[in-house]
Amino acid sequence: MEQPLWVPVLQAVVVFAYYLLITAVLIWAERRVVARMQSRLGPNRVGPFGILQTLVDGAKMFFKEDITPGMVNKVIYNLAPLVGVIAGFLVVAVIPIGGEVTLFGETFTLVVADLSIGVLWILALSSIHVYSVFLAGWASNSPYPLLGGIRSSAQMISYEIAQGLAVASVVIYAGSLRVSDIVAAQSGPGFIDGVPAWYAIPLFPAFLVFVIGMVAEAGRPPFDLAEAEGELVGGFNTEYSGMRFGMFMLAEFMSVVTMSAIVVPLFLGGPAGPTFGLPDSVAWVMPILWFFLKMVGFIFFFILLRGAMPRYRYDKLMNLGWKVLIPVALVWTLVTATFVLIEEAGGLPAGTRLGLAVAAAVILLVLLFGGRASAPDTRSVAKAPDITAGRTPALDEPGSADLQATDHQEVAP
Amino acid sequence: MTGHDVVFVLVGLLTAGGAVLTVTSKNLMHAALFFAVTLGGIAGVFLPLAADFLALVQIVVYVGAVAVLFMFGLMLTRAPIGREALDGQNRGLAMAVAGGLFVVLSTLVIGAFGDLPTAEVTGPRIDDLGIAIFADWVLPFEVLSMLLLAALIGAIVLARRETGESGEELTVTRIEMAQDRDPDALEREQAALTSGSGGDGEEHA
Repeated sequence: MEQPLWVPVLQAVVVFAYYLLITAVLIWAERRVVARMQSRLGPNRVGPFGILQTLVDGAKMFFKEDITPGMVNKVIYNLAPLVGVIAGFLVVAVIPIGGEVTLFGETFTLVVADLSIGVLWILALSSIHVYSVFLAGWASNSPYPLLGGIRSSAQMISYEIAQGLAVASVVIYAGSLRVSDIVAAQSGPGFIDGVPAWYAIPLFPAFLVFVIGMVAEAGRPPFDLAEAEGELVGGFNTEYSGMRFGMFMLAEFMSVVTMSAIVVPLFLGGPAGPTFGLPDSVAWVMPILWFFLKMVGFIFFFILLRGAMPRYRYDKLMNLGWKVLIPVALVWTLVTATFVLIEEAGGLPAGTRLGLAVAAAVILLVLLFGGRASAPDTRSVAKAPDITAGRTPALDEPGSADLQATDHQEVAP
Repeated sequence: MTGHDVVFVLVGLLTAGGAVLTVTSKNLMHAALFFAVTLGGIAGVFLPLAADFLALVQIVVYVGAVAVLFMFGLMLTRAPIGREALDGQNRGLAMAVAGGLFVVLSTLVIGAFGDLPTAEVTGPRIDDLGIAIFADWVLPFEVLSMLLLAALIGAIVLARRETGESGEELTVTRIEMAQDRDPDALEREQAALTSGSGGDGEEHA
């Protein structure tokens, strides 16, 4: 298949432009949706429904004064936002935006590069993304950014393990690291009639872990401890201003889009979907549309989370990552590997397989949640009454802030 | 020289440069960053050898996790990061060991593989790699895992000893809060609030 040079170039440009455009619209959509959830209007001045707000904000970022504080480590300080944006852009390379399109006598595959190790590419770049946050925090040479940087890199590394294990079960199940192979493996009929063979169903625990992990990996609420503005000013980006701050924002929103786009080919069948018997001349639109709809669903989920969830406490975040998500993902990877081996050795009847999966899931849920409810962590309460007894009610009870406030007022005079 | 060779040499130079800067930088954090560059360079060396899988695993594991943990350790242990000069006074010895190691390794590698004919580069298949590791080389693999486990436990032991020299281990970091002075104060205040008298009465009483 000999292609003229402009075909891959056009593919690359179209895909990058597509994800950039979605990122821009996402920033606007998030502000609108969160505003609606809070009974506000949100940006509504520039363009219809304020949709050009992002463009104007971007222009504003360019013209703002770009301050470099005197105490920073200049080289690394300048490098950090670039690393974040570049890593964010490069992830897009292996994610498709649709099936194949034939236009002007050329066949376009709507992906920049369908690498044989595409899934690893995603993981590798998200681990490089850690550097951006981490180096920004360190190079700023100031306490809050440092705390934010340490927090977020610990968080990202922890959740990367869980995410990697979730992806591992997908890879084992599909038998390939190539994104297009994983999509193709999900195209047949599922083991329940009428339900597509999307991996979200047989690999549901892995799917769950991946979705939670991607929220943490993108550093989004409720896991946005890297920039907890109530306690860390702005976290790792406190000392940044102008376009370099804008780059951090771009990288964050970009990672929301790319994460939403990654989960679709891995767990939701990629661009597959019914074409409703449309003629071939029009049917090529459908995969693009399906992919878009699935992705937008996840983007919307990100936005709703931001509007609905309070920020997690840091120790709870770490507990969730290490004590819940990693064991679940690990067990499910083992289960998946076992079933793949059984399948290779001859296989079980579909009913037995489903029954076993359900039984395993039930056991897992009982182990995770049943045990916790019946046996609260009495040890830490007994050993450290000051922190658990003092803290938990203070955070949970409404009006506790008033209590603290009166307390301080009474003490001061 | 093919294009592959040129890329290989360039990436190799980058890696070697990173390695040299790692040991010569005075700033510990810069050294850690150059170390990350070196590890990334090794991933780059794998690419012209058509070992894409190894290259990306190298990035995920070493650049993404190990090097970050290094820097993490530097920050959390309050190691002297910054302008203070670090010098172990062992430069001569270190250079001798490194030079010796280089000579021995290169002699061994050239002696073992030097007279093999050059062949077209074809990367290993991923499943071949997996079978090689878990079938032929499973013993070294497991021994390495035990080594890592030992290092992990060692790290935990070292980190724990730091918290309580008196022998009493703290399970949580104590954070001073207003309520800490009296664990029952909060409950009393809340009882006062629910009974309708308000927090002020409680304090004055």
